[in-house]
Amino acid sequence: MEYRRIIPCLDTKDGRLVKGVNFIGLKELGDPAESGAAYSEAGADEIVFLDITATPEGRRTFIKAVRQVAARINVPLTVGGGVGSLRHIEELRAAGASRCAVNTAAVRRPGLVREAAEEFGSEAVVVAIDTRASESAPSGFEVVVGGGRVPTGMDAVEWARRVEGLGAGTILPTSMDADGTKAGYDIPMTRAVSDAVKIPVIASGGAGTLEHLYDGIAEGHADAVLVASIAHYGTYTIRQMKEYLASRGVPVRL
Amino acid sequence: MDTPGDGGRGIKMHRATRILIVDYGMGNLHSVRKAFEACGGAVALAGDPGEVAAADALVVPGVGSFGDCAGGLARSGMKDAVAGFIRSGRPYLGLCLGLQILFPSSEEAPGVPGLGIIPGRVRRFSGSLKIPHVGWNTIAFPGGGDARTPARGAGVQDPARLGIDPPPAGRCPIFRGVQDGAYVYFAHSFYPEPEDPAVSASATEYGMTFASAIWKDNIIATQFHPEKSQRAGLAMIRNFVAFAAERAAARPANGDEP
Repeated sequence: MEYRRIIPCLDTKDGRLVKGVNFIGLKELGDPAESGAAYSEAGADEIVFLDITATPEGRRTFIKAVRQVAARINVPLTVGGGVGSLRHIEELRAAGASRCAVNTAAVRRPGLVREAAEEFGSEAVVVAIDTRASESAPSGFEVVVGGGRVPTGMDAVEWARRVEGLGAGTILPTSMDADGTKAGYDIPMTRAVSDAVKIPVIASGGAGTLEHLYDGIAEGHADAVLVASIAHYGTYTIRQMKEYLASRGVPVRL
Repeated sequence: MDTPGDGGRGIKMHRATRILIVDYGMGNLHSVRKAFEACGGAVALAGDPGEVAAADALVVPGVGSFGDCAGGLARSGMKDAVAGFIRSGRPYLGLCLGLQILFPSSEEAPGVPGLGIIPGRVRRFSGSLKIPHVGWNTIAFPGGGDARTPARGAGVQDPARLGIDPPPAGRCPIFRGVQDGAYVYFAHSFYPEPEDPAVSASATEYGMTFASAIWKDNIIATQFHPEKSQRAGLAMIRNFVAFAAERAAARPANGDEP
């Protein structure tokens, strides 16, 4: 059976849990290890843990935080944010990451995806793609890097296909137009990416209601849904999200 | 966990059971080690074939590809040590690639020999489902559930009963107290296809039905990751620690007793 997953996403800056809207306006929400433990206990299928710190000092704090989160959860942990080299991936794995997400570094040097897949297996390699609507991109969606600050001119769907060919095991496309808005996932973008590849895709950015989760799967054709604001602010528990999906015929682990 | 293996049956424990996790240089043994420690196992990591001979039980976790695993084991001299260990009859637990490596070969790395202990082959998923198979799925035991495991899906029974009830006849020792239909975590593109269907200890459906666990005498292996499978997974690891302790206690000591 293809069970669909609910994956809480912990964004952290300097080791603290934060959440922004459209990638800016960050609010601090607390200790990521506490949140990770609570989500793991509550039935989350995985945890995604992202570092949005830009300083070397913050990066070191992040490795420590990965270790603390990994020690408190017993579901797979995907870690990303500023992941730039095989050595960095090794460091994060040693700290307890099951899988690592690469983003900007893969755009700069696509060979990193292939090398990581060869070294750690495709299953361990997630490629995160930040997108925004763009009239010049053939699919209508462009890849942006550097935490949403740098447009690349690359087509997001084309890029997804390319990293699949390089050995990526999962794609995590986040629409910066939708992120943090609680207005729903960017369904056309998610669907375009999902339909273009044969590897699992995680819908990300914008979920605010239970219907949004269902739409990400049913309309966006995603294999899993990332949740942040909807979970962090206690709008719904993981259990409520799963029961809702199950009631609409989506297979979930209950 | 209770003192493994005594339970009033008169077996005298003279030392802790030594469980060795094989490190073939691919890193990330964190979750496996953490899980064994949480289950009361006295675990150590081994990167040297010399350490294998003294172990009571061996765990081969899965990281990387079939080629990496076979190559890593061969380079470190571990391949012969692991094969010798398995032939000695002591408990072996293979996780993910640690299961696949038991086979003679894999479609992932044509021409690269595995241990060749379980006849059959390792094949790549095909068809319309997403590959890799990443996420939670259920396991079904041969013959289904039994009187003590009435409901599907909840994972494990009352932990107080673990280690008290014997597993139903024909059920792999690590599945003691685990419910038929328990959820476990998978992350793989290749699956085992044993020649002898009787070695399949659990079945999972993903586009087709495949053997998600293998059990033959002292050899136990899972295609899924018990160390990432929450309560049901921890129950399996606890069961393996108990199985290792029982086997160690039943074995003549290696010259450290008269």
